[in-house]
Amino acid sequence: MQKVTGELLINKALELLDNGTVNRVLGWKRGEFAYDMTPAVFADAEELKNNFVFNDFCGANFSKYLIAETRKEGKVLVFLKPCDSYSFNQLLTEHRFDREKVYAVGIPCEGMVDISKVKKAAGDGILDIVCENDGLVVKTLYDTDKVIDCKEVLAERCVSCKSRKCVAYDELLGENGDVLDSSRFDEVEKLEKMTEDERYAFWQNELSRCIRCNACRDVCPACTCEKCVFDNPDSGVENKAVSDSFEEKMFHIIRAFHVAGRCTDCGECSRVCPQHIPLHLLNRKFIKDINEFYGDYQAGAEVGSRAPLVNYTVDDLEPSEAVQKGDADNA
Amino acid sequence: MRKCSIQALDTVFETIAEAAVLYLPVDGDNGASYKKWEKGTVMSNALNTVRSPKDFFFPQSENLMEFRTSGKTIEVIDKREEKEDFVVFGVRACDVKSFDILDRVFLNEPCDSYYADRREHGTIVSMACTRPVETCFCQTFGIDASNPAGDLSCWKTETDVYFQANTEKGEKLLAAIAGVTEESDDTAVKAQQEKTREIMKKLPLADLTTEGFGAGKTAELFNAPEWKELSQSCLGCGTCTFVCPTCQCYDIKDFKTGKGVIRFRCWDSCMYSDFTKMAHGNPRLSQLERFRQRFMHKLVYYPENNDGVYSCVGCGRCLAKCPISMNIVKVMRTIGGKADE
Ligand code: SF4
Ligand code: SF4
Ligand code: SF4
Ligand code: SF4
Repeated sequence: MQKVTGELLINKALELLDNGTVNRVLGWKRGEFAYDMTPAVFADAEELKNNFVFNDFCGANFSKYLIAETRKEGKVLVFLKPCDSYSFNQLLTEHRFDREKVYAVGIPCEGMVDISKVKKAAGDGILDIVCENDGLVVKTLYDTDKVIDCKEVLAERCVSCKSRKCVAYDELLGENGDVLDSSRFDEVEKLEKMTEDERYAFWQNELSRCIRCNACRDVCPACTCEKCVFDNPDSGVENKAVSDSFEEKMFHIIRAFHVAGRCTDCGECSRVCPQHIPLHLLNRKFIKDINEFYGDYQAGAEVGSRAPLVNYTVDDLEPSEAVQKGDADNA
Repeated sequence: MRKCSIQALDTVFETIAEAAVLYLPVDGDNGASYKKWEKGTVMSNALNTVRSPKDFFFPQSENLMEFRTSGKTIEVIDKREEKEDFVVFGVRACDVKSFDILDRVFLNEPCDSYYADRREHGTIVSMACTRPVETCFCQTFGIDASNPAGDLSCWKTETDVYFQANTEKGEKLLAAIAGVTEESDDTAVKAQQEKTREIMKKLPLADLTTEGFGAGKTAELFNAPEWKELSQSCLGCGTCTFVCPTCQCYDIKDFKTGKGVIRFRCWDSCMYSDFTKMAHGNPRLSQLERFRQRFMHKLVYYPENNDGVYSCVGCGRCLAKCPISMNIVKVMRTIGGKADE
């Protein structure tokens, strides 16, 4: 469970509003249930005190909202979890928002909980969830209260968290963590070990569930085009539904290429997918390849870094070395 | 009313599948979805499917016609597929109600023959709910989860399955499975219904009402200042519209095949920036306007045009799936008649 409390964040926000540093606050707003917080802008103290929450269900990454927020008057306060801070830097690298109009407070994170895992573990009809020590006390309609270990229901991206270190902030609450030696490429390795047919079947099964709602793209801090080609009727590829079974693959492969070297692996795409498609595996494959071909590179680790794919050095790998031709890996 | 034992349900499925294609909810790693029944298929006990059953009548995309040119002639080919009779088993009360809402749109003049064709060939077997969850609010719209409509209604208890026909199609289906079912009274069904209705009262959204919405509310609600706050973090992704059983908007587009053009239609979403784009541009330029459209349509415009019927059935899918957890309940709580208790 989170070590920083909502109260601490509220007090910080009140202080910064009060002394005029910021005129509004991006935060998580209380919902109908214990787990459905909505990203919201808080402009007054009463609203903050009554409805601002921070707990194990505050997964939403606010970095992308800064593009719209910094077009408004005055400075906005944003709270950044370690993974959000990488997106923040990446957006700055791409000149997507005005740093001067943001006051960033870094907050440590112990990992966010995936509500669908809680539902599986505790049963249907969740009436309340109380975060206590390292567990969640879940009250349901049909069962006795259950105590669930937070570790058992962590979101996938938090299980394989790459870094507990906030890499961007004006001020830090609590102590900064470290870059972790994570297990995030394990699943990718499994996919690499498959035969082409197995891998094809794996992605076929996953991607055929896609309903092309575009939530993965819309939430992605690396997808910030003013007009996505897939939304542009003049592009010739704009589509709201798949016209054949290859179409959804094309959308995902193009998107993965487009964010290659820019994706910080924040995990938002997989978090929001209504069909639970493991989109992060596509991005992680790219990250892993970039690391192996060009040396370790983490998008968003600092502002202004040149990603290997948009940089040239004489030591760069020849394309022929990067591509395994035909079925060389099956031979 | 007729019944069969739980063990005999497979035989019921087999009998139905002899005369029609049978679809039922099946569990998967990521929730339940409708699948074609084959020998050995196990019906899911999940409360509801991730995608709604509207696909059966209004698929996400379908080909309408094809144009082929040769010389100076254009040949117009109807791309309609031959429909077979099919049965959808296990539809919940909320989703059954959604078909009425779609019917009012597609079957009204001018009748949508593609939709009508599927409706004619489909038989709906509903399934009463016994374990509603926190996101369920069908009762807000007067739907009784324990007494689902449909051509044939079903109740599943620990030991038996009960059937009650409501339409001619339902009678026909019930007659087809007469050999594997027997006459029964409704004592067990009544008892189950009573229990479910008690649970419904305890749901967190039980107090949600439609007060403040409905026909004639456009002027009052259209410019409500709350839309700004409600829509401010909406991503415009359209997930809510795609998982919704009653969202019915579509786009018609042409696909160049090289030899001609295939005209198809696919789901559209009022949350999208190019929705209803016309020659002069788009009438709704901001996400606030698009967001407002979705909820005004469900809660004000649709009832205005359809005898006061709301076009939300309270299935809760948008509550569970919106990436930012914004939804119709939050809209109703914020700008509607505040629930008193
Ligand atoms: S969020 Fe999921 S269902 Fe929606 S477009 Fe992305 S992959 Fe497809
Ligand atoms: S309300 Fe939610 S699901 Fe609907 S478009 Fe907005 S963000 Fe997407
Ligand atoms: S608006 Fe939401 S709750 Fe209502 S019918 Fe649609 S998906 Fe279900
Ligand atoms: S909304 Fe009502 S009818 Fe639908 S699944 Fe829930 S309880 Fe059943």
